[in-house]
Amino acid sequence: MKHLLSTRDLSTEEILSVLAMADHMAEINSRAVPKVPALRGRTVASVFFEDSTRTRLSFETAATRLSAEVMTFTASSSSVNKGESLRDTIETLSAMGVDAFVVRHKSSGAPLQITQWTDAAVINAGDGWHQHPTQALLDAYTITRNFNELNSMHGRTIAIVGDIKHSRVARSDIDVFTRLGAKVVLVAPAAFLPTSLEGWGVTTADSLDDVIDVVDVVYMLRIQRERMDSAQMPSLREYSSLFALTPERAARMQSHALLLHPGPINRGVEMIVDPSVVPGSRILQQVTNGISIRMAVLFSLLGGDATTTLSNGVEA
Amino acid sequence: MSTNNQSIVIRGATVVNPDSMFVADVRIANGVIEAIGESLAGDVVLEASGCFISSGFVDLHTHLREPGKEEAETIESGSRAAVLGGFTAVVAMPNTDPAQDNVKTVQFVRERGLAVGLCEVIPSGCITVGRLGTKLVPYDQLAQEGVTLFTDDGTGVQDALVMQRALMVAKRLNLTLAQHCEVASMTVGAVMHDGACCSTMGVPGWPSAAEEEMVRRDIQLVRITGAREHFMHLSTQGSVELVRAAKAEGLPITAEVTPHHISLTDELLTGFDPIFKVNPPLRTMADISALHEGLADGTIDAIATDHAPHAGHTKEQTLDTAPPGMLGLETALGVVNTAVTLSPQKIAALMSWNPAVIANISDHQGRPVAVGEPAHIAVWDTTTVWSVSRDELASRSTNTPYHGMELRGRVRHTIYNGQLVVQEGKALA
Ligand SMILES: [Zn+2]
Ligand SMILES: [Zn+2]
Repeated sequence: MKHLLSTRDLSTEEILSVLAMADHMAEINSRAVPKVPALRGRTVASVFFEDSTRTRLSFETAATRLSAEVMTFTASSSSVNKGESLRDTIETLSAMGVDAFVVRHKSSGAPLQITQWTDAAVINAGDGWHQHPTQALLDAYTITRNFNELNSMHGRTIAIVGDIKHSRVARSDIDVFTRLGAKVVLVAPAAFLPTSLEGWGVTTADSLDDVIDVVDVVYMLRIQRERMDSAQMPSLREYSSLFALTPERAARMQSHALLLHPGPINRGVEMIVDPSVVPGSRILQQVTNGISIRMAVLFSLLGGDATTTLSNGVEA
Repeated sequence: MSTNNQSIVIRGATVVNPDSMFVADVRIANGVIEAIGESLAGDVVLEASGCFISSGFVDLHTHLREPGKEEAETIESGSRAAVLGGFTAVVAMPNTDPAQDNVKTVQFVRERGLAVGLCEVIPSGCITVGRLGTKLVPYDQLAQEGVTLFTDDGTGVQDALVMQRALMVAKRLNLTLAQHCEVASMTVGAVMHDGACCSTMGVPGWPSAAEEEMVRRDIQLVRITGAREHFMHLSTQGSVELVRAAKAEGLPITAEVTPHHISLTDELLTGFDPIFKVNPPLRTMADISALHEGLADGTIDAIATDHAPHAGHTKEQTLDTAPPGMLGLETALGVVNTAVTLSPQKIAALMSWNPAVIANISDHQGRPVAVGEPAHIAVWDTTTVWSVSRDELASRSTNTPYHGMELRGRVRHTIYNGQLVVQEGKALA
């Protein structure tokens, strides 16, 4: 693969090979000095037109652990606000010698458009409501490794709860989870579902109570408070009464069930329970796994022949 | 280029008139059709066997961008694009800067069109001052300037009472209001048709209901005022059904569709290319089928291009921030003829005769090809296959969605006011 713009660009085999490579990366990350020279001499530019410190740090940590040079570009420190076009920004940065762009943008499709204006690899670090492919990969990694079934989610039922319509995480997760064989049920009010679910291969539920005690994974999405103000839900209280994870609902989860959340958590909105008291919570593990997955993605795109170069790096 | 005292003979084309079609030579001299017959001689003779000859096309919906956005298009470049598409008259949309809500701007557009002299440029007027939807323009003054078609195109008139009052004035002064039907509160931030593609792509949807709600409202306003209304660029199945029923009721309603809405679907946007962003948005196959049926049964009266040039850099933005709009003049005939199976008479009706009536210029445009008629003529075929190249368009902008596509049917010659302005698909001035 040349870019990672959408989970849909990846075959199921490619998804599984990224997950497998992340196992190697996790091993590197467990060392006293978690660093290999695999991408020495390569430059990774993290270009965040929309602020996201967590995702940016995760990618930059991943790049650093593979010994790549990291260039950081954030919209606030740039000329983007002064009317410079997306094309100008990317062409200028490309001219500085960039091997991969890690792009976060508030507009769906921006990373795809950027590929027209650079020869570098482009990794989508979240675009609008569209896609966040590395999030889906790290979520799939977290789920498969916890259930110790490395190549499949067959027989698992995953509830994705919250604002599906405006969520790039949901779009990416649904694609990856269903292709790995999971049953996905979307738990959301109508205003938070997209107009059409044609081709999505999912079912829906009207409240978390309908599914909480039968699913294997509860995936809570972050709810943006401003959506509550724009008349998409009558009130936060009504939303929480049907869709928030309360201590009572958390207690009804199956004993093996996992709790995931892409962060940052909105306490008191979608998460009324303190996740640290939910035994199945893997929310912090997602963050840790994110670095391994992003190392695997960077290495897949920039590392040339995967097995040999990586094993060189591992030995170094 | 011929001059007025040179005669032009179009040889061997099939004359397309409302009541007949026949092969003949047509001689044009002194600005009129001087003779129709066999083996006519003339100063300039254009072989046109296999072609059709009809009155020049009339576009009810052209954004010429001058004054205000001359980097995208001018009255001159837009006029040239028009005649290359076989149009001898275009209605200039009023969303210029300043807007065509006042006598001075309307005069400027008309005079600039006359000075360019390639085709007739007919300024439309705004329905409300500044297209803001609140205060009515000085209809009497603009009517005195010859403006008969009024629209706030780009937006619809949101306030029902304002629209009702505008219709009452239009009825009294015998004017036509044209509506861009869209309930704005339902399309805030909208990027593309609200359906399966938009759901997967994660962009704000442009629901069909936003258009249909205003079509429904305006039909009711026509019913209670008795005024004429023209519905612009209808794009949905529901709109076609509403207009069909309103016409059956006998209401004085006309409607147009664009070449792009009858040929392209929202699936083209899956690559996030802003070239396919347009207002109203590209819809689905079901909508296209309904529009085709509307063309066939007369629910839709006219093809109008909604030619909307945008400077290149504005389409290098993200899909949500890029302005909507696509070029249409130079590709209109080819797109229509490729997308729908229509008889030559139906094509001439949709692209010339009916729009001339709606634009109130049928005393001199959209006339039969007959001796003594003004010589505004298009010679075209329905068989030439050609490939669209955005680099070869006369428009100042390049935002055609048909770049690289093959179209069937092409304009060969255009004569405006007796002058040969396009010969063998090339502009002469
Ligand atoms: Zn419009
Ligand atoms: Zn328009």
